[in-house]
Amino acid sequence: MAAKVPVERRKPLLRQLADSKILLLMCVPAIVFFIVFNYAPLPGAWIAFTNFNYRDGIFGSPFVGFKNFEFLIKSGQLWLLTRNTILYNLAFIIFGNILQIAIAVMLNEIRSTFFKKISQAAMFLPFFISAVLVGVIAFNLLNYDTGAINALIKQTGGDPIKIYSVAGIWPLIIIMVHLWQSTGYGSIVYFAAIMGIDRSLYEAAAIDGASAWQRIRYVTLPSLKPTFIILVLFSLGSIMHGNFGLFWNLVGNNAALFKTTDIIETSVYRMVLTQNNFTTSTAVGLYQSLFGFALVMTANWIVRRINKDYALF
Amino acid sequence: MHSSDLAEGVGIGPAKPRAIKLDRSDVVLRTISYVTITLFALFCVLPFIMMLSASLSSEAEIRRSGFGILPKDFTLTAYEYIFNAPRQIVGSYIVTIVMTVCGTAIGLFVIAMTGYALHRRDFPFRNHISFFIYFTTLFSAGLAPTFLWVARDLGLRGSYLAVFLQLLMTPWLIILMKNFMRTVPYEIVESGKVDGAGDFRIFAQLCLPMMKPALATIGLFLALSYWNEWYLSSLYLGSTVEFKPLQYHLYNLINTANALRNSVAGSNVSITDLPSNTLKMASAIVATGPILLLYPFIQKYFVSGITIGAVKG
Repeated sequence: MAAKVPVERRKPLLRQLADSKILLLMCVPAIVFFIVFNYAPLPGAWIAFTNFNYRDGIFGSPFVGFKNFEFLIKSGQLWLLTRNTILYNLAFIIFGNILQIAIAVMLNEIRSTFFKKISQAAMFLPFFISAVLVGVIAFNLLNYDTGAINALIKQTGGDPIKIYSVAGIWPLIIIMVHLWQSTGYGSIVYFAAIMGIDRSLYEAAAIDGASAWQRIRYVTLPSLKPTFIILVLFSLGSIMHGNFGLFWNLVGNNAALFKTTDIIETSVYRMVLTQNNFTTSTAVGLYQSLFGFALVMTANWIVRRINKDYALF
Repeated sequence: MHSSDLAEGVGIGPAKPRAIKLDRSDVVLRTISYVTITLFALFCVLPFIMMLSASLSSEAEIRRSGFGILPKDFTLTAYEYIFNAPRQIVGSYIVTIVMTVCGTAIGLFVIAMTGYALHRRDFPFRNHISFFIYFTTLFSAGLAPTFLWVARDLGLRGSYLAVFLQLLMTPWLIILMKNFMRTVPYEIVESGKVDGAGDFRIFAQLCLPMMKPALATIGLFLALSYWNEWYLSSLYLGSTVEFKPLQYHLYNLINTANALRNSVAGSNVSITDLPSNTLKMASAIVATGPILLLYPFIQKYFVSGITIGAVKG
């Protein structure tokens, strides 16, 4: 950039401002937006180090140092939340990417355009609905009295299960619902990458007498490797951030399931909305933000070393 | 062995649906692909069909034998309930439609303007502003401080504005718009400058008309986030407004028994008389209907958006 337009760089600041005042003005609404909703609340993170009360406000409330964090660590809650958030994200990343690649590869084998269109539309559908509707669908399937799964169990003569009170099944349910909602959407990226593979590679493979399996093993999958690595690294960068809407609408305030389902976002939301607890929730949020920040920087640093073009900054 | 392939000089590259002799492994792979894709597509659509069927079933039959794939004892009772006292649902619809239309229009305009300015090579502050916007995705104050700031200091508690404003733009959509801008040749900007057009006029009259696919994609992402919004409403609106945004209205119907009674018939109906199970499903259908109807038409824009925005998300 600097090398291309050295003349622009040497202009004095005021001159630069004057020359680009219209472009600057065009950015003003967005800048104001991010100041008001993202930068202005930042000092509020100070709450994490106070015993916040409404009357004294954020900076008038008594300072307590790291006491809020100590409580979180000693009670074991921070560890539980971190473990759940990371494990769920790891499962989403691993199973999600495998399934997405598998679907993309198979979609590429489909010859009928009509079939491809219809099936893609079907797989894409769950992505469009709100998290609330995901909750409705789960209720439809899982509830004790009328849920479709229990209806099926009853029909075959079994005893219905109180799914909403068995913590052990929920990791499976949440992973399934996540895959249900995101696979069609995620496979598009891989499908696009497959479409971008040089056709001559397949021709060469055919000439060498490669079978369909060898074609996938030695041409398709290696070509998807860069996309795969980049996508995984970026998901690892946000491994501390959970899909709040999914977890909350599936589990909500159901304390019987917290051990296996509570993630950072749901816990913070519950503290703020139902307990009016601003100190602990801010401490958790700050911990998440700092930890997450370090992870993104690391992920980006690695991506940069692999391929500079893909790096975020 | 594969002399036929050689002779024809074509590969079995998947993008070329040519009539070539198929290897046994090709046939097997293709069969597996068709079967798996069909099954997965069904897995994705089935919950929607079950929801629709449940909304068309009679409550007594659902209570007796649970939800299933086909309507049980077909009836429109649940929908009659909703439309007999349509005040709530119509109010929610109006709130949601107004927010979606205005939010999408305003958000799209600001995002396009910002994306355009940040893409202009001769704009000396583009990197600073880009980083300023991007930084908000790396580090945030967290839910509690943001909530206190917006609800208390900005005084937006109980105001639709708290929801409306916060959904106007995201850093990701601005980056996506900036990436889309690459498809507009820079010569367009230069020719505008030569003709003496101002920066805003170049944007509005020369670039915008060329940006239709980008506007469609980003507009759809915006519209979807407004339509599916329930999270901010739960934080900032709660029960302070009479007409809740549609998905938040649905959220309440599902999670609180009283909300169901109040919304359909006023408080003089006993909760036990209500077809509560089928009513929940019918409400879900009514709240999601427009998205499901529009879905086939908007799907392709999402595909292009994901493909372009995937790598530099």
